[in-house]
Amino acid sequence: MPEALLQLQGISKRYAGVRALDGADLTCHAGEIHAVLGENGAGKSTLIKTIAGVVQPDAGRILMEGVELRLASPNAARDQGIACVFQELSLVPDLSVAENIFLSRPPRRRGLIDAKAQQAQALALLDMLGCGDIHPKERVGDLPLSRRQLIEIAKALSLQPRLLILDEATSALSSEDVERLYKLLFELRARGVGCLFISHRMHEVKALADTCSVFRSGRRVDTFASGARSDAEVVQLMIGRDVAKSYPPKTGPAPWAQPAISVQGLSWRPELHDISLEIKTGEIVGLGGLDGQGQRELLLALFGVLKGVQGKVEVFGQARRDLAPHVCKQPELGIALIPEDRKTEGLILPMSIRENMSLANLPALGRMGVLSASAEHSAVARMVEQLRIKIGSAQDPVQTLSGGNQQKVVIAKWLMTKPRVLLLNDPTRGIDVATKQELYTLLRRLAAEGVAVLLYSTDYEELIGLADRVLIMYEGRIARTLAGDEISEHAIVASSLNVPMSVPNVSLNVSPGGREAATA
Amino acid sequence: MGASELIAAQPSAGVAKGPVRRLLLSPPAVVGLCCLLLLLAGSAVNRNFLMPTYLLQQLQIAAFLGLAAAGLMTVILLGHIDLSVPWTITTGAMMAAAAGATYGPAWAIPAGLLCGALVGLVNGLGVALLRIPSMIFTLGANAVLQGLMVLYTGGHAPQHAATPLMHDLAVGRTVGVPNAVLAWAAVSVLVHLLLARTVAGRYVYVMGNSERAAYLSGVRTAQMTVVCFIACGMLAALSGVLLAGYSGNAYQAMGDPYLLPAIAAVVLGGTNILGGRGSYLGTVAGVVFIVLLQSMLAVLQMPEAGRQIIYGALILAMLLLYGRSAKVR
Amino acid sequence: MSRRSEWGMALRRNGGPLAALAVFALMFALFLAEHPRSISVAIVTTASNKAVLLAIVAMAQTLPVITRGLDLSVGMVMVMTGCLASTLVNGAPWQVALGIVLVLACGAAAGAVNGAIVVFGRLQPIIVTLATGAVYFGFALLLRPAPGGEVSEGLSDALTGRLFGVVPATLVLLAVLVVLGWMPFRRTVIGRACYAVGSSEHAAYLSGVPSERAKLLAYTIAGLLSGVAGLLLSLIALSGEASGPQAGLYTLNSIAAVVIGGTSLYGGTGGMVGSIIGAFVLRTIGDLLFVFNAPALWQPLFEGLILLAAVCIGAARVLRVRNRLELF
Repeated sequence: MPEALLQLQGISKRYAGVRALDGADLTCHAGEIHAVLGENGAGKSTLIKTIAGVVQPDAGRILMEGVELRLASPNAARDQGIACVFQELSLVPDLSVAENIFLSRPPRRRGLIDAKAQQAQALALLDMLGCGDIHPKERVGDLPLSRRQLIEIAKALSLQPRLLILDEATSALSSEDVERLYKLLFELRARGVGCLFISHRMHEVKALADTCSVFRSGRRVDTFASGARSDAEVVQLMIGRDVAKSYPPKTGPAPWAQPAISVQGLSWRPELHDISLEIKTGEIVGLGGLDGQGQRELLLALFGVLKGVQGKVEVFGQARRDLAPHVCKQPELGIALIPEDRKTEGLILPMSIRENMSLANLPALGRMGVLSASAEHSAVARMVEQLRIKIGSAQDPVQTLSGGNQQKVVIAKWLMTKPRVLLLNDPTRGIDVATKQELYTLLRRLAAEGVAVLLYSTDYEELIGLADRVLIMYEGRIARTLAGDEISEHAIVASSLNVPMSVPNVSLNVSPGGREAATA
Repeated sequence: MGASELIAAQPSAGVAKGPVRRLLLSPPAVVGLCCLLLLLAGSAVNRNFLMPTYLLQQLQIAAFLGLAAAGLMTVILLGHIDLSVPWTITTGAMMAAAAGATYGPAWAIPAGLLCGALVGLVNGLGVALLRIPSMIFTLGANAVLQGLMVLYTGGHAPQHAATPLMHDLAVGRTVGVPNAVLAWAAVSVLVHLLLARTVAGRYVYVMGNSERAAYLSGVRTAQMTVVCFIACGMLAALSGVLLAGYSGNAYQAMGDPYLLPAIAAVVLGGTNILGGRGSYLGTVAGVVFIVLLQSMLAVLQMPEAGRQIIYGALILAMLLLYGRSAKVR
Repeated sequence: MSRRSEWGMALRRNGGPLAALAVFALMFALFLAEHPRSISVAIVTTASNKAVLLAIVAMAQTLPVITRGLDLSVGMVMVMTGCLASTLVNGAPWQVALGIVLVLACGAAAGAVNGAIVVFGRLQPIIVTLATGAVYFGFALLLRPAPGGEVSEGLSDALTGRLFGVVPATLVLLAVLVVLGWMPFRRTVIGRACYAVGSSEHAAYLSGVPSERAKLLAYTIAGLLSGVAGLLLSLIALSGEASGPQAGLYTLNSIAAVVIGGTSLYGGTGGMVGSIIGAFVLRTIGDLLFVFNAPALWQPLFEGLILLAAVCIGAARVLRVRNRLELF
């Protein structure tokens, strides 16, 4: 039997007290597409980075075709024929597409980079991926995320690897792009290339993978041929216990509830067009639709971050034109935004948990501008207890916390301002199931206390389970409003694709972002 | 882990050491220790080094540098820099003397401070609203101030002398302690309290770490930036006023020798040049260190060449000790 | 994609330097038109000599800025190598040649030290070069406690004169540096690595770009070019002088020239050609003021205002930003 293409044995890796990998192992064969599944924090990304040479394991061996390797740097991995499509993209914004694709090993002529050959080869690769509309000389930083993901894939393919690794490489791709990518991967498989990929889209895993391995808490817990386990069994393997995701009962707004936010004809070129909506106190309104249809911009507009917004915005009956974050958090408006990227927008990673948590409501923690240390400490302690945030000490830098606990700190920060309107931008992305559960309960409790909640989620199960009403956005408009029993998977998917709901055979292979149960 | 890895490229935030050990290894402590070493070394050469009169005189000189460094530190904590300090010092001095002569001695110091505040306002607006990198905007501002002062004085030395109050503030003593030192101490207490104990001070550190996250948390970032630049301008002008009082007169380019030592003092004191970290105590220690160093080199009658070399080498050595960033991985 | 859109992209990418070039062309035309004496090669040559000196220092500053750093020691290295040149670059032709080599080697060594401390010491460039600048200036003072020294007059005449009676030799020198030095360098792997490191150090690391070597080389080349400037300075002045004010002025003007020429202080974009144009713009300001008989007292103010205006122009894009998050 031929040696496995890649073998990992007993890999361990610690990051400042957190054990990311704990004796992990993995075997991948040539001509095999191998899916790596697991919750966030299970160690998948760290595993991938070990193979790609980005981090060095504390212990363990890596073997390729039986030969032990030391992958001390990304280049060392590349020399061994390992190419990785990174989740956070390894593209340099100020260089062109062609320069980025051939960043590691450009074609050369007489010692200098051969720009013409580089451009021609880049075009060929882009054609293969079906994005011939991208000009190789375009600046990568100017392109949207979906194009940049394809360029990242082209970059990995340009190395003609023996082993291709994809770390959540399709999150922003359209369905056609994804179909084309599948074909490409099957071709590579036929040619004997091994492929390792991380994905949270179960349909993708079923469509692509030959073998699946499930990771939990830094170790591999199971490997099986694709299809050999049901979805529920897979989820159970990932979480390690039988947890059916349950949502708190929907209460909806009280009959006498007033509109908290009322929007009429909101436009912001080019992303938002003529949006009108109303959120009552005590209501959880969900925002859905495919990625990038304007949901993010709508939340930013309501928080006052965008300039040149047209239309009318009324907050608790008062028309406001002067919205800005510092205005929004004033008690008379009480609008809070949980932003998209908690690491760069919601938190200041090097600073302590205490300093992060008290940031939005700092003036209230003292008198006449002077801070009271005791007031700050007790406010923080109260929040930590209320939200059950697992911390060592409030002085620790917030970057030592897990994703779920970090998100809790962001939410705690805003809860300190006693908001009356809560805007959330995909708050459960990258969070473990237990924390998600707690967040759902928290949101419903806040709604019951009279807070108006607008929740954008890329997980349609969440929208179904949590929202009283769902607004589906398509190309910057509200395509459809679903309420109560109308909210179903079918309805959401159809509306996201802007397809009449009566059409029965809407394909679920195209993911509008239906993230599966216990995943990031 | 991408963003957090980038964050790790800044000096490591929480190194897990015992609290006492961390205190002893902190930049202010290290610099303080080096100051003591300097004093001992200096006294080995010249016994007068340790005499109180000499030390007080050094503190007096340190006050001028210290005021400029205090203002500069505020701006550096934000993640910016103010290269217009040299001519803000000179402008403050010249305008104070001029106002004192034209409108009466009581107007001298307020006029100087007002000029500093105006410079800071312009700098702050350019950086906060126009989003021009502070390095280049304040560079331009410095050039404009120089042009204005050359125009104003007709290219000669300014005619107006420092007012008696200015002189007294710079040179006089109260209860044996030089007034300049008292002024520096008062400002220092104020700056330290503002930075360490107020909402605004917390906002400064937060903005220095991530202006984006600060903005999204409702911090009025533009306002804070302008305020910090105004503070820097006023402190630089105050330093100029005192300097003019000390020498009896303002003179062209009197602020030039203060910029680089002020930046060095701030960085030596442990403030991260990229912003977001640093304690004011460290800046004070850094100022004292630089003044002692310069004075010791003068006492040793070291030629200018040797002074420059030792000055630069020492700064590098100390920074290599405690100012290093983590590896980008 | 069509050729027209390719031109569009090239225009957008080079917008900064092109704008600076337009400004310079306008200013220089005005200068020549208003000059009290009729245009002569002598005038152009003098202007060229002064401008090229700053241009070379601006070239030196460019690479560190592209890597998202800064070199505050370029002026000091220029002065130090100038003083060294006033000691070595004289005598028999072979001595002159050796002197030149040693002067350039000294500049490169100074740059290499800067780069080594930045890369291996992991300190911020602005502080490192601040400190090393003091050290280099100290060396300059050791070499020339008082102005003096001697430089090969033949070489000086050649370099400050004209080729073929028309073209200033300094311009030729500049052209040689750009065509034989900068343009090939840009197209090397390590040249591109400098841009990658400045644009996103993390992405550069993931892509296996030789980041450390790139930064090291950037500062070494900065030192080398500062050495060239120092050599030229000594040839123009026919002596060496350890002038602190001159060193500081050239350093700060080099930063201004780089910014005016369209290179961003945040790294990843720009080039030496832009910096050269920026330097020419800066130099011509002073000449223009002289030619327009601006009262001498007003000249420093005008220079300052024009510098401020030049860097504010780049800020126009801020007014077009519609999502405030993009500002941070």
